[in-house]
Amino acid sequence: MRFEVADTLEGAASLLAGEQGVAHVLAGGTDLLVQLRAGMVKPDLVVDIKHIEATRTISESDGAYTIGAAVAGAEMGEHPTLASDWPGVTEGAELIGSTQVQGRASMGGNLCNASPAADSVPALIAAGATCTVVGPGGTRDVAVADIPTGPGSNSLGQGEFVATINLPKKAANSSDAYLRMIPRTEMDIAIVGAAANVTLGDDGTIMAAKIVLGAVAPTAIEVPEAGAALVGTKADDDALAAVAAACEAAAKPISDKRGSADYRKKVSGVLAKRAAKIAFDRASGNA
Amino acid sequence: MSKIHVSTTVNGDPVEFLCEPQQTLLDVLRDELQLTGSKEGCASGDCGACSIELDGRLVCSCLVLGAEAEGRDVETVESIAVGDTLHPVQAKILEHGALQCGYCTPGFVVAAKALLDRNPDPTETEVRYWLAGNLCRCTGYDKIVGAVLDAASEMRGETS
Amino acid sequence: MTYDNENLKVVGTRPVRPDGADKVTGRANFGADFSMPQQLIGKVLRSPHPHARIVSIDTSKAEALPGVKAVMVGEDMIAMAHEMSQSGESAIDVHDLSLNVLARGKVLYDGHAVAAVAATSAVIADDALDLIDVTYDVLPHVSDVDEAMKPDAPVLHEDMFTAGMDEKPATASNIASRMEMALGDVEEGFKKADIVIERSYKTKAVHQGYIEPHAVVANFAEDGTATVWCSSQGHFAIRDLCAKLLGMDSSAIRVTPAEIGGGFGGKTTVYLEPLAIALSKKAGRPVKMTMTRAEVFRATGPTPATSLDVKIGVTNDGQIVAAEADFRFNAGAFKGSPVGAACMSAFTPYTLENVKVVGYDVVTNACKSGAYRAPGAPNGAFAVESALDELAHMLNMDPLDFRHQNGAEAGTKAVYGATFREIGCKDVLVAAKNHPHYKSNLGPNQGRGVASGFWFNIGGQSNAAVNVHEDGTVTVVEGNPDIGGTRAAMAMMAAEVLGIPFEKVQVVVADTASIGHTDVTGGSRVTFATGMAVTQAAEDVVRQLKERAAATMELDPEEVVWQDGVAHPTKGEAKPLSLADIAGDAARTGGIIVGRSSINAKGAGPSFATHICDVEVDPETGRIEILRYTAVQDVGKAIHPSYVEGQMQGGAVQGIGWALNEEYVYNEDGILENPGFLDYRMPVASDLPMIDTVLVEVANPSHPFGVRGVGEAPLVPPLAAVVNAIQDATGIRMTELPVSPVKMLEALEANQKQAAE
Repeated sequence: MRFEVADTLEGAASLLAGEQGVAHVLAGGTDLLVQLRAGMVKPDLVVDIKHIEATRTISESDGAYTIGAAVAGAEMGEHPTLASDWPGVTEGAELIGSTQVQGRASMGGNLCNASPAADSVPALIAAGATCTVVGPGGTRDVAVADIPTGPGSNSLGQGEFVATINLPKKAANSSDAYLRMIPRTEMDIAIVGAAANVTLGDDGTIMAAKIVLGAVAPTAIEVPEAGAALVGTKADDDALAAVAAACEAAAKPISDKRGSADYRKKVSGVLAKRAAKIAFDRASGNA
Repeated sequence: MSKIHVSTTVNGDPVEFLCEPQQTLLDVLRDELQLTGSKEGCASGDCGACSIELDGRLVCSCLVLGAEAEGRDVETVESIAVGDTLHPVQAKILEHGALQCGYCTPGFVVAAKALLDRNPDPTETEVRYWLAGNLCRCTGYDKIVGAVLDAASEMRGETS
Repeated sequence: MTYDNENLKVVGTRPVRPDGADKVTGRANFGADFSMPQQLIGKVLRSPHPHARIVSIDTSKAEALPGVKAVMVGEDMIAMAHEMSQSGESAIDVHDLSLNVLARGKVLYDGHAVAAVAATSAVIADDALDLIDVTYDVLPHVSDVDEAMKPDAPVLHEDMFTAGMDEKPATASNIASRMEMALGDVEEGFKKADIVIERSYKTKAVHQGYIEPHAVVANFAEDGTATVWCSSQGHFAIRDLCAKLLGMDSSAIRVTPAEIGGGFGGKTTVYLEPLAIALSKKAGRPVKMTMTRAEVFRATGPTPATSLDVKIGVTNDGQIVAAEADFRFNAGAFKGSPVGAACMSAFTPYTLENVKVVGYDVVTNACKSGAYRAPGAPNGAFAVESALDELAHMLNMDPLDFRHQNGAEAGTKAVYGATFREIGCKDVLVAAKNHPHYKSNLGPNQGRGVASGFWFNIGGQSNAAVNVHEDGTVTVVEGNPDIGGTRAAMAMMAAEVLGIPFEKVQVVVADTASIGHTDVTGGSRVTFATGMAVTQAAEDVVRQLKERAAATMELDPEEVVWQDGVAHPTKGEAKPLSLADIAGDAARTGGIIVGRSSINAKGAGPSFATHICDVEVDPETGRIEILRYTAVQDVGKAIHPSYVEGQMQGGAVQGIGWALNEEYVYNEDGILENPGFLDYRMPVASDLPMIDTVLVEVANPSHPFGVRGVGEAPLVPPLAAVVNAIQDATGIRMTELPVSPVKMLEALEANQKQAAE
């Protein structure tokens, strides 16, 4: 295995594209090093992108955020406005692992590692986030939802990597939330994850809503029927029950050592309605 | 496979070492630098026994490659006591009997100090969630949490 | 008991432990922290199959790899005959142990060691493992204990004919042994019952979960002696087991105990140690071996999965008139599960006239089970305490009152034959009932459960020396690795007897050459047995101090009293002499003073515990939270209360993990799916509240300070305490552990469905 440090985005792309064998990007390393130690990956080349400034900074312009793909979860929480503008996105990223893991784990890695249970992904999709992909052919913007293609696989081409994750300016009177079901209080992989993003009209009624589920399908999935069930309501019990039902119907989970398919379906509905309520309360200023 | 030459700072001292590309910083600390205070419990970031501070940030050294230490600032448990004076976290752990086998203790010392450096007045819940990445099998955490809260209190100048 | 509570100056206080500074600074050396010059790194090749014949092993390519200095396979170990040898709290068959250390002929579980190499680096050692070609003939496997008992189950051992039967069976099976013990006549007893319940329970294998993986450095020298550094719960056991397995004299092996990062019973036996010594012999260089976390899970000794049936009969006024149990324990690949201890302990907190317990030790294609904190007892208590809880509800009795009415006390005869002296069983129930926790209010979806438990505690062999230095300071030399603060307890007892400050006493845990044989740090025995030895050695010192003082004072020794570290004449005008005075003069009066004791301690006092647990269950997700927990236990005499509390808190939390989240998940192919801390879920700090402790002190008359063992009993009640609390919160009786959110939600939904119908 060779280890290289890239100083620029183009340099990183060039190193990755030029590798005949297997090349991996190293951001926080909290997935890669585990897989390396377990023998699950055997890269010929590892490229550390953390020396590239763009991947390590959070910048805000006109309310829109550009978050470096190698920014650590802990750093996101320390940003003066990111957490209050996007509490759901931030809490999704900050639920990954422990305090120690938080010191390194990045949204870029979490996204590209493409675990169906990735904690940061549902809220990013609900937020309409995009990512800037850098490759030998140049730069392109891709919806976050289009990066994971299945468990452990992503849509990036040879030599491409995610440089930043971009959040649009948040709509007025909107907020988001992310919840996950784990047996303990920390440290577990999500059995189910649910993100909600709601926007309120002037009368306090929901005028737009997105519900996205994690860990219940090969990739995170948006449930349009659940979002639709919230529109025109104030997240009352009936609306939330409809959200839950829509999610139970849409979830296509597997049974594995962490949970059964039945359990995941059921709880996806429970978490979605709870997340929707939290997002609604936050958007209303009542959180 | 050739080794990588790394120049870094460990516990305030300039240090150079050679390491394999896939060697973790934990491997390097223990096997190349004889700093065996950081422990391996799992090598997968699930137990916190290898906790260090990297550029002032609490991390698992088993999740950092030795090569990534280049130009960085590494602080291990060996730097926490100053001379023959224990840090309040260390002293309170001893006073409260908050260790039994002591294997997880270095990790807890580093993690707790990192907490109190940032948050001098944490609640019990905040202490527990901050330390959730440090596994202890002997104590049930009770006395560790009590010791950290007591150390925080002492560091704030409140006498018990 | 010699030292009464009123006048104690050191015992019962909370000084900082002697090894404390090293442990909080990272300086203390654990198993993997030691290295020898020129050492090689040893690694183990492990079976990927749960059951297979080893057709052939070709190590030639591995041996040819540059940097590889030694390779070994099962044929390099000595073929052992079946012979029982003491290991930890129980006996172990060295034939089985040898095969577990390195397979020969067959592999019996996923992770079973098949070959080992020593090379100049870890990377080369790993490469060497990849170059070893093993041809397997895969056989059908069996993982479940009840399945393994069926006549058509794949048989692991051709020479296993169930022991304990009236007639030796004609065919081999997986049932290693059957045992039965009884008092009275349960048939008659059940006839007297107004209510009889029969229930079945299941538990999964769980691991001790020590944070430190196994580690050893060994050097085999040209003269046939070996030096070993390893962490263990008993370096004498390690030495003697290695000597047996390798055909060496015990005196040829010197084991230095490293600090140990947790054991809980799992480090009372050998895994890597014989391999490291054998590889070192082959290579002519020291060999260091450590286990990865995955190896710890796959190939050490978790406690068995079990299948448990109980039947209990009571009269309407709350008297238990008959109790019966059938326990089937999954010993893993080799016989020797702690089913016997389960049979002996499950009903023991109660005074019963009619009781019968039958136990089966059954082998399956899983790793060989090991000892885990009160081995067997948590399983038996889970079943019995769950059933008793149901009965208490049926009788409309308070569950603590129900237990108290039937509680064991001095004079009670237990099913395994012992008759109790003073015990704290009922005192503990009373203390639990009076605790504010028991009276506090609960909210919606919340419930409270109680459960009791018992553990024998053992005595055993201990050796101690108390060396008095010329300046009057003292070093205690003993042979028990310090897992939980025992150095402090030893120093405190010695200081108390000698009448000197705690700070003047150092404690050394000596290697196998430097102190006499001492049984393991396990069985809740160290403060009891080694404490007794240290106390007696210190008393031996006092006897000698008095003799020396008497000689100087020109009195008879009976005319001198020892008080607070000073020899006082009871008559005449002689000046009192301090320990330092006498020590400084020792050369003149007869030589350096050393106290010694070598004992096989008798009279270990059993420990009874009762725990109270409050939970909240999320009705929509099945997630269970522990809200409050109180552990009450009879501890005899708490030498250092902080470390006694620590034992109770640690054991309670292990039990909470066992009840809610921990389990070995073997898939259909017999492969362990969760050999890591991510999916083997032990409690983390944020999962728990503070664990309150109540130390009830009913002194054990056999120990000079009244000590009872305390370490193991805390793991016995929590399983049922948690499950009983869940019942109280939801109305649902969970009978299979762990009670994961998935299982809980399934049960809640089934319950709702039933209620609707």
